[in-house]
Amino acid sequence: MEMRHLRGAFTQEIERLATEDKTIFALATDSRGSVTLTDFAKHLPEQFVECGIAEQDAVGIAAGLANSGLRPFVCGPACFYSMRSAEQVKVDVAYSHTNVKIIGVSGGVSYGALGSTHHSTQDIALMRAIPGLEVFIPSDAVQMTALTDYLAKSDIAAYVRVGRGAVPVFYDVNASFTPGKAVKLKTGCDGAIIACGEMVYPALKAADKLNDKGYSFSVYDMFCIKPLDTIAILEAADTGFVLTAEEHSVYGGLGGAVSEVLSQVKPVPMTIMGLPDEKTFSGNSAEVLAHYGLTSEGIYERAVEGLKKWKSI
Amino acid sequence: MTTQQLIDKANEIRACALTMIFNAQTGHTGGAMSVSDILTVLFYDAMNFGPENASSPDRDRFFLSKGHSCEPYYAILGDRGFFPRSQLATFSQAGSPIIGHPNNAVNGVEVCTGALGHGLPVAVGAAIGAKRTGKAYKTFVVMGDGEQAEGSVWEAAMAAANYKLDNLWAVVDRNGLQISGPTEDVMALDKLSEKYSSFGWDVTELDGNDVSALHEYFHSDRPKGKPHMLIARTVKGKGLPFAENRPEWHHKVPTVEQLREAYTALGIKEVRF
Ligand SMILES: [Mg+2]
Repeated sequence: MEMRHLRGAFTQEIERLATEDKTIFALATDSRGSVTLTDFAKHLPEQFVECGIAEQDAVGIAAGLANSGLRPFVCGPACFYSMRSAEQVKVDVAYSHTNVKIIGVSGGVSYGALGSTHHSTQDIALMRAIPGLEVFIPSDAVQMTALTDYLAKSDIAAYVRVGRGAVPVFYDVNASFTPGKAVKLKTGCDGAIIACGEMVYPALKAADKLNDKGYSFSVYDMFCIKPLDTIAILEAADTGFVLTAEEHSVYGGLGGAVSEVLSQVKPVPMTIMGLPDEKTFSGNSAEVLAHYGLTSEGIYERAVEGLKKWKSI
Repeated sequence: MTTQQLIDKANEIRACALTMIFNAQTGHTGGAMSVSDILTVLFYDAMNFGPENASSPDRDRFFLSKGHSCEPYYAILGDRGFFPRSQLATFSQAGSPIIGHPNNAVNGVEVCTGALGHGLPVAVGAAIGAKRTGKAYKTFVVMGDGEQAEGSVWEAAMAAANYKLDNLWAVVDRNGLQISGPTEDVMALDKLSEKYSSFGWDVTELDGNDVSALHEYFHSDRPKGKPHMLIARTVKGKGLPFAENRPEWHHKVPTVEQLREAYTALGIKEVRF
């Protein structure tokens, strides 16, 4: 299976777009290497702004560039852009309606053994509570490329989080994506898995295994945390059991968003899979995810557990 | 405008701002009075920015980083015709866009400010934008002196020098006070001009309540290749005999007697919206 990292998909597409559209700018905070913007900076120096290690300043500068009629993309580690510069995202960008896109790379627990300082496991909770900001957690490189095309055209500010490593490419290269519309990848009747980001592929694998054992599950890729696809969530609830999986705290992320919808409209039993409220276990990202059961096997087990508990299967 | 006209306009703006604060029974009186001369010279004398070019890409950019001094800012925008002046009567009223900090839902306000330490980075972005797109507009930002303790100010101070932003003018309303007392007691700032000089800025200090000095400064030729910093020494509560240099007037609201006393001191008969 083809493996690609999403940050590379982003930078390749944004450089292509910026070559034609001179209003597209990229900003980095000594992060051009980790974002993979080195070529962009070399080929389009007049559209690249280095801000040094100063995330608050970078987001403010981006808001000022937007005020001057440009379309800035601020790119750097998600852990810093979702916390260090959170107030600039809220005030200078979202509240002020400046057209700034925040691309948080190496998100979730991508940085693995670098520890909690470098993990972004609160960003969905934080960013989706800010009015005026769209939030996307894309799941593969094809989707990231399509999302980049959307972001370059959109006049709405957005926060996007991608991982660091290469992950399976499972979308057809011609697949199209609509913000606010989840992608339904499988249809089942015993339960539904709603996942985002790099948990979508393990969710698909888990659904395959469930199917082998005689349980059919729907799988949704909720890459659009905001605008959220409430219709897809209500449809998922028709199965009578919803499991959410995300590389994020179990507080306030995708699971929180889904439960906010269901608890008020169509309450059904849920399992929220994510990172527990503790200082993160140390190891590389695969080891951290495995420790917390955020794998296809882990999702499978929690799904079976849910079926037994809630559906007496 | 002549010097006398600028002096009169600044006092008119002070009276207007104080009346807004009195009507709303909320506001930031001290800083509003100290910054009024700076804002008056910028909006009536120095900047190429008015309602006629408010959406032109070539307009000069203005950011009020010390957003709590919004009352004279709104008073000026209303007076200049960015919105009907009568709307100043709605300041801080339920549902009004004219709230207690600059709100860019109001015509003339570029971005929302009020969380301190945000204006200079945004102004740096606007100035870089002008350089990169070949536009001749100038960018102006007004900060408070207490605000200088915010780290993001210095991130932007570094970036402004790094990018040689000689199209950027920053002003510090150096009234020497902040909400808890003198800046030098809360978090010592001096020598502020040396700090900015060492960061690579073109720094000037002058009396920020002297409109002719401000006029001279903004019309002077400045060195190329450096951002421009004006440390404007001002009096907090300027023009109000009962409020000058008193920290408690940071956000005190005048009584009706004090409002009348202020009108007399400012040479204003009445304020109508
Ligand atoms: Mg002060």
